[in-house]
Amino acid sequence: MSTKITVRGAHKVFSTKKGDVDVLDGVDLDVMEGEFLVIVGPSGCGKSTLLNCMAGFELVTSGSIRIDGAEVREPSRKRVFVFQEAGIFPWFSVWDNIGFGLGNLPFEEKHEIVMRYIRLVGLEGFEKAFPSELSGGMKQRVEFARALAVEPDVLYLDEPFGALDALTRLGMRSEIIRIWRETKKTCILVTHDVEEAVELADRIAVMTKRPATVHSVLQNDLPRPRDPDHPGFRALKDKIFGILGVER
Amino acid sequence: MKLRTLLFGAIGFALFLGFWHWQTYGNAIGDLPGPWLTARGLGEIAVQGILWENIVASVFRVAWGFSLAAGIGIPLGLALGWYPSLRAVFNPLVQALRPISPIAWLPFAVILFGGYPMSSDLSAIFLLFMSAFFPIVTASTSAAASLDPRYIRSASNFGVGGIAFFRRVMLPATLPQILTGLRLALGIAWVVVVAAEMLGVESGLGYQVMDSRNALRMDYVAAAMVVIALIGLLLDMGMARIEAAALARRGMSRR
Repeated sequence: MSTKITVRGAHKVFSTKKGDVDVLDGVDLDVMEGEFLVIVGPSGCGKSTLLNCMAGFELVTSGSIRIDGAEVREPSRKRVFVFQEAGIFPWFSVWDNIGFGLGNLPFEEKHEIVMRYIRLVGLEGFEKAFPSELSGGMKQRVEFARALAVEPDVLYLDEPFGALDALTRLGMRSEIIRIWRETKKTCILVTHDVEEAVELADRIAVMTKRPATVHSVLQNDLPRPRDPDHPGFRALKDKIFGILGVER
Repeated sequence: MKLRTLLFGAIGFALFLGFWHWQTYGNAIGDLPGPWLTARGLGEIAVQGILWENIVASVFRVAWGFSLAAGIGIPLGLALGWYPSLRAVFNPLVQALRPISPIAWLPFAVILFGGYPMSSDLSAIFLLFMSAFFPIVTASTSAAASLDPRYIRSASNFGVGGIAFFRRVMLPATLPQILTGLRLALGIAWVVVVAAEMLGVESGLGYQVMDSRNALRMDYVAAAMVVIALIGLLLDMGMARIEAAALARRGMSRR
């Protein structure tokens, strides 16, 4: 596997009324092509900021973030962000939402792509539904489909299941793994949920408190589907809790 | 449920009519008229035909003033909301001009667009424009300024910018607030048209009120007020319906 994203010495300083706040304090991280990387860390540690910088929504104050060797300077369709609470548009139907990034393709072509991704996320029959008629999990599926429809190389997932109820969240975890395996995208997911990290990740980057650095990157070779009661699963969880300084 | 609502509303009207009748019992047409005299007066002015001309004149002026205010106010408001620097420069000015009663502009309206003693639709339209403009600008500004950052980021992520962003994100996202502003503005314009027509023109429902007063036909005054209320109600119901339809089509109706 080749390296897709390299983060070197990434610093991010936010200027606020109360002075400058250091959020990222020299983050080094490599993301491999096609892997599922989870960034886990305490709430407010700056992991979302790191993701925003990787997506090009914000720029690092110093250091560099390169994707395929090119510095990230702005958002791009090649790397799509999936928001925590549905960022899909309530004024568009499911079909229009998923087709949002497809520009001015001829209708037949667009329809074929949209329907392919509607099938991929299991929303057949809901093409004409509006987001207000969907459950939280279904909205999240629309969001995934909208992101995947533009065929990006990288998916950024910022606590994508944070707004869902516990049961739906469990279901969506296996869904995202299924989708990831079918599409082979590079996925970077940010979460504060250690169990979620262990269940999903190939590798887990554990971040420190703010100003954040990457404390360590853990390999996770547990076979999928993963069983939370597996001793290896628990051991890895405990290891992460240990790094985060949580007594169990 | 629907019947219940109607019934309850009817009780309010009946109570008011009863009170009105009781307080004005035996009054002549030069005095405060009762419901019966008002109804008879309404019949008379309706038959005379002058009422219809006055309704058309008022609605015509409101339509122009309101449309101009919407045509200028919505784009201006969205621009103010979208560009913080523009907002910093112009929003204080807009907020300072907003509390001035549109009627206060009347002397200048007459100088600028002609008017009293000659009637001028332009002056009245200008006053109506002034009355509708500020609620529309304010609603549009706040709608654009409070656009959900996730929508902005999604759009930039998918490379949707410029006209496409305006059409597919900005406009639909701000539409509910803009429609509320339009509805408010139309209500204000309808209130102001009557006042404006009392001062400078020789047609319209406001003129009808003043003219009837000068003729000491208080029954016609009350009749004109009833018509003003009914048309105001119709305009508001129409706007409410447009609002509901626009939101329902986007699956955003809050029911």
